[in-house]
Amino acid sequence: MTYIYYPGCSLESSAKAYDLSTRWVFENLGITLTELEDWNCCGATMYMSIKETISLVFSARNLALAERLNGEIVAPCSSCYTILNKTNKYLKENFILRAKVNQSLRRDGLTYHLQVKVRHPLDVLVNDIGIDTIASRAKRSLTGLKIAQYYGCQIVRPEGIFDDPENPTTMDELFRALGATNVYFPVKVRCCGGMLMTTFPEVALKLNKDILECAVANNADCLVTTCPLCQINLEAYQKKINKKFKTNFKIPVLFFTQLLAYTLGCSPKEAAFDQNLVPIPEKILGGSL
Amino acid sequence: MPPKVSQEWGIKNKKESDLRADFLYQVANIPGGEKIKKCIQCGTCTGSCPVSYTMDIMPREIIALFRAGLIESILHSRTIWICASCYACTVRCPAGIKVTDILYALKRMAMEKGLFPKRFPIFILSKSFVYLINLFGRSYEPGLLILYYLRTNPLKLFSLMPLAFKLFRKGRLALLPKSIKKRKELSAILAEAEVMEMIVPERPYLQAIPKGPVPGFIRPS
Ligand code: SF4
Ligand code: SF4
Repeated sequence: MTYIYYPGCSLESSAKAYDLSTRWVFENLGITLTELEDWNCCGATMYMSIKETISLVFSARNLALAERLNGEIVAPCSSCYTILNKTNKYLKENFILRAKVNQSLRRDGLTYHLQVKVRHPLDVLVNDIGIDTIASRAKRSLTGLKIAQYYGCQIVRPEGIFDDPENPTTMDELFRALGATNVYFPVKVRCCGGMLMTTFPEVALKLNKDILECAVANNADCLVTTCPLCQINLEAYQKKINKKFKTNFKIPVLFFTQLLAYTLGCSPKEAAFDQNLVPIPEKILGGSL
Repeated sequence: MPPKVSQEWGIKNKKESDLRADFLYQVANIPGGEKIKKCIQCGTCTGSCPVSYTMDIMPREIIALFRAGLIESILHSRTIWICASCYACTVRCPAGIKVTDILYALKRMAMEKGLFPKRFPIFILSKSFVYLINLFGRSYEPGLLILYYLRTNPLKLFSLMPLAFKLFRKGRLALLPKSIKKRKELSAILAEAEVMEMIVPERPYLQAIPKGPVPGFIRPS
């Protein structure tokens, strides 16, 4: 089975740490990720709200390119993951849209036959590789670290492909096996507001405040997430939130692959900890090799 | 009495029945879209929505208004723009209604007909986004935000500078957009897709889509 890596646009800039650490984890576990040649933007949530067919064409181009390689797409960004899966679903169930999309793709000699499965790295790590294998490779222990596991929306919704849409536990189990404690965190799938941070900031700031508040109230040392947009909303806007709501948040928000890579023995530099805006606490860095 | 034609917002000669036809076509495209008929008005969608507290029309009311033949007032609502696409309503709806996708459909209709206040943020953000990815094939975050704020509130750009600088120092801000290699080919695909977008099959839409050759599949001139 080839894993075709589809990083997506955010992983090229604001979520570079996610990209670096995902590649590191897979390489270290001996699994090859082949980056999809000349991939394009999946169209994100925004294109869908303007033009339906064109947005499907955008994401289907990636699927058609991947189909030639005969493998599964691995998409770390929750939004890409949902959009690509949604495209698969729309094209499968609606033959008119499928005909329209393929008619467009044929302009570059592409056709899509619905043969590509889209997976999330968390799904691949836990269900293909296995928590036991990962735990046996761990070089550091996370004992004593209290984590708030934040999944966000689009990794489990709308389909809930590999985990429950209301109470996912994949990431909890993974980090529990590595020694960490998972704090009580009922807002694990509550929305961070996504792009509302740009368009209606007052709404998004409140949503993020609620999430951070819950993590802090339950004594979490850090938040761990799977989505580039959640990560930047929760981390980069803490100052604004503090100003607006008179709070005092200063809690690190990590990509789950960063923490996983560090546990598997990489250096802080390789885990791209230097890209986090809130400094990584000694509790994580101190984990003995 | 003939259906009311709105002048105020410039829905050009769009009767409610036309809006309804547009809407039904959009809904028919959604896998499982026909379930909209089965809404029991339970309000689970509204209760699950993290942003319903700031909406003017609740998700449940959207469906009620559609049934009552008041699509025009939905298109003027703040609700369709404030939805964050979190899909909480969709996974919880006991009737399996794709509430989020229905809101997308309404957004598309409102965009197409220009039904929003001037300098409306989401419209401009989406337009800037589309402009960028049509050009480069990939999104470029700094470019997107600059285009967006230039068109809405240029002063805001200054207030974002400290954050932008911080991200830049951390290596999280790309200075130049990345482009795909096959830009020319992508434009050709998009040009064709633009034509495909305009092809609309014949009514009525919400009945089962017939098997066999695609109905109404003629290239518009
Ligand atoms: S949850 Fe579903 S059935 Fe209940 S009001 Fe909302 S759309 Fe209707
Ligand atoms: S998808 Fe939109 S309407 Fe539905 S719960 Fe989320 S924000 Fe509310």
